[in-house]
Amino acid sequence: MREEILRLTGEHVVLVLIAMSFAAAIGIPLGITLVRWEGGRRWVLGFASVMQTVPSLALFGFLIPLPFVGGIGKRTAIVALVLYALLPILRNTLTGILGVDAAVRESAVAMGMTRWQVLCDVELPLASRTILAGIRVATVTTVGTATIAAAIGAGGLGVLIFRGLASVNAQQILAGAAPAAVLALLADGALGWIERRVSPY
Amino acid sequence: MVEFRDVGFEAGGRNILSDFCLEIRSGETLVLLGRSGSGKTTALKLINGLLYPTSGEVRVDGRATSDWDPVRLRRRIGYAIQDVGLFPHFTVELNVGLVPRLENWPEARVHDRVRELLAMLELDPDVYARRLPCELSGGQRQRVGVARALAADPGLLLFDEPFGALDPVTRVEAQRQFLHLRDRLGKTAVFVTHDVREALLLGSRVGLLREGRLELLAAPDAFRRSDLPEARAFLECLE
Repeated sequence: MREEILRLTGEHVVLVLIAMSFAAAIGIPLGITLVRWEGGRRWVLGFASVMQTVPSLALFGFLIPLPFVGGIGKRTAIVALVLYALLPILRNTLTGILGVDAAVRESAVAMGMTRWQVLCDVELPLASRTILAGIRVATVTTVGTATIAAAIGAGGLGVLIFRGLASVNAQQILAGAAPAAVLALLADGALGWIERRVSPY
Repeated sequence: MVEFRDVGFEAGGRNILSDFCLEIRSGETLVLLGRSGSGKTTALKLINGLLYPTSGEVRVDGRATSDWDPVRLRRRIGYAIQDVGLFPHFTVELNVGLVPRLENWPEARVHDRVRELLAMLELDPDVYARRLPCELSGGQRQRVGVARALAADPGLLLFDEPFGALDPVTRVEAQRQFLHLRDRLGKTAVFVTHDVREALLLGSRVGLLREGRLELLAAPDAFRRSDLPEARAFLECLE
């Protein structure tokens, strides 16, 4: 039992890490794009919001019949988790950059910084805390949602929960739920610590 | 050095500047004076390409701003604004050294230049160089802002109400220091303010703006004698 819990915890962590890497790799650049692409904001944020409102079990189900992203297993689960995690990352990237003091941005431009330099040296560092907060919220939620991924054969701690549910075994459910809760707390603490360390001012 | 040729600027269907003609001579401090909304800040931003005229042209060193590469143009021009716009995540040293580093000066030269400027603005480099802007008083931040504008030794300086946020006593000190720097460095400067006392004190010429037009351009003495209604309205503030 203990070995199984450890193995499934490992699977769970890998699932969350992969999903979060994709979510950040898509969400942050897309959020940056939305800063200048005002017309697209409503649509992109709307899409991400709709994704969050779909019940997670249903979303996993919807994805299964789709070509390329669908099917049974880890890949489908990761796609669903990425869709869930996108909104907080997108939104915080956007609001973080929009929140940079206009006088600071204007003087950066007036000093002769290029667009790219303004983004990398001014906007992103000043928005980093807000962006990280988005990643933290998304990670904590993803740790929880990832338990449902077991329903479509993606493994992880959800395996124990679903098995417990099927056999009406509370101990079995706890064996999956408790490590998931601990993982969520650890992720929250670790990312919170990084967040506080990031901006020294 | 800078020339406005029949410049008009329109935004949101409103004329911010119209038929604006002005020549800024090398070495002078030209003050643009006007009420809020008179177009003085817009005029300033037309010089370093933060804005471009909707009609006419602004020429800097003989070339229209629209023909300049904006980045190159801006790096030749020092700029300081009321809220200073210091980068809150950069130390004083990094803030002041910003443009020299953008221009790829060797690190040792940047370091020397920063110390020289801080000393010139009466900020002890050993004490202040490593501080963040939030660890400075308003007057000190202002001086760091001026140091940053001067850093790459630009031929032209633009100031947009740089002393606007200072308390009255600090403001007078800042003005005195500005005069001192003006006489010592002999740079060309354009200075925007709505304070007539400041305008007459700092300017070698004062340009009076009203509703986007240049109503009067005169040396301080001649300005005091003007009987234009808008000039009188400002001069009455002195009494």
